[in-house]
Amino acid sequence: MVNALAIAGTVTDPELPMLTLADLGVLREVSEEDGRVVVSITPTYSGCPAMDTMRDDLEHALRDAGYTEVEVRTVLHPAWSSDWISDEGKRKLAESGIAPPAAAPRGGPVLLTLGAPPRKVACPRCGSDDTEEVSRFSATACKALRRCRSCLEPFEHVKEI
Amino acid sequence: MSFDNAYEAISENNDETRWAFGTGFVDPLSGVDTSVPDGVDGADLAAYCLMLGDDALIMSHRLQQWCSHAPELEDELAIANIALDLLGQARLLLARAGKADGSERSEDSYAFFREERDFRNVRMVELVNGDFAATMARLLTFSVWRLALLQRLESSRDPVLAAIAAKGVKEVTYHREYAANWVVRLGDGTELSHQRMQAGFDAVWPLYDELFVVHPVERRLAGIAADSDGLRSEVDDVLTQVLTAATLTRPEDSAGKVVGLVSGMAGRDGVHTEDMGYLLAELQSVARAHPEATW
Ligand SMILES: [Zn+2]
Repeated sequence: MVNALAIAGTVTDPELPMLTLADLGVLREVSEEDGRVVVSITPTYSGCPAMDTMRDDLEHALRDAGYTEVEVRTVLHPAWSSDWISDEGKRKLAESGIAPPAAAPRGGPVLLTLGAPPRKVACPRCGSDDTEEVSRFSATACKALRRCRSCLEPFEHVKEI
Repeated sequence: MSFDNAYEAISENNDETRWAFGTGFVDPLSGVDTSVPDGVDGADLAAYCLMLGDDALIMSHRLQQWCSHAPELEDELAIANIALDLLGQARLLLARAGKADGSERSEDSYAFFREERDFRNVRMVELVNGDFAATMARLLTFSVWRLALLQRLESSRDPVLAAIAAKGVKEVTYHREYAANWVVRLGDGTELSHQRMQAGFDAVWPLYDELFVVHPVERRLAGIAADSDGLRSEVDDVLTQVLTAATLTRPEDSAGKVVGLVSGMAGRDGVHTEDMGYLLAELQSVARAHPEATW
């Protein structure tokens, strides 16, 4: 039987299917005791509606591989950060036309900066830095919507949190 | 498990949770250690979780009412995402309440089967939306306050509350920025947009003082509840920063006197405005008509 970590590591994210849950940093831990598997996952955002689907997909994958007892647990601490997306994950995002996140801001008091200089995000299609934010929010909570001023294509950007 | 089209996914006959709406979700705290910290009254902790959870739930509901009505597609997406974040926070907090007092009451039970007097949200979040400017005035005021509150809650002695707060801080930071940008854009915009933005703040301001009333439950939960010391001046400062940039006038304070109290009681005691009953009718009617159903 293939080990449980390897199986869980193949399960992909329902909203970003080019990434595994491991690439995304959502898969926190897989432990195995006497054929019983405990998988820990953490939500990206509090309202992430894909948590139940991830839970089901993990259970199915592990059952199909012969594990009869599977428990999927939620962990809330520490809170997910876009820094947890692996380098491999960032590469896959860029390949699929989604701009990967830069380094997330550090913790501590969050100052409100009005009219701050906009973050530079390179277009995943043509590489131009001349892009603008169209919307801070997009089809999923974790992405913003941007547009490239050079090639004129719209694209999504995984936000830094 | 991938499908060529959405219909295949719908028609596949298994128990998978493909569709993310309705009721019957897995407990969002499943697998989390929810034991109550030493020396803490579980009923007080539950009451506090309902306060913060109801603020998020009711605010989320008001924002959801903008779906298909927002001025632009981008704002439609933004408002729906903000509502979703708050709904997620509400789910965690309501679930935490049911574990804290030992009742094992579910998030659905709290959201759909409580009466108006059992809701603990501040009254500001329940008011009807008004126009887009009024919605942004409320969203900014609420987000500035909630962000300050959640940042304090990150050091709570209850590890579950601290973890929920830490996630919330990241989310509400974006909400605050979104609302602030709109307030500045409309306030420092045309004569008409300025007028309507000012009217939005004037409408929300009578319920501003209520945000800073420390409830006896919070006082009993020292070290667990967010520390209210200096909270008001912190929120005041950020709001003043935005209002100034937006060329708006800060409405007159009611001098620390909470308006519209009934026998000294307000939202945190279950005393609400007349808007609340209509809101709950909309929020709860389907679940109450089909109490055993999951959808
Ligand atoms: Zn481009």
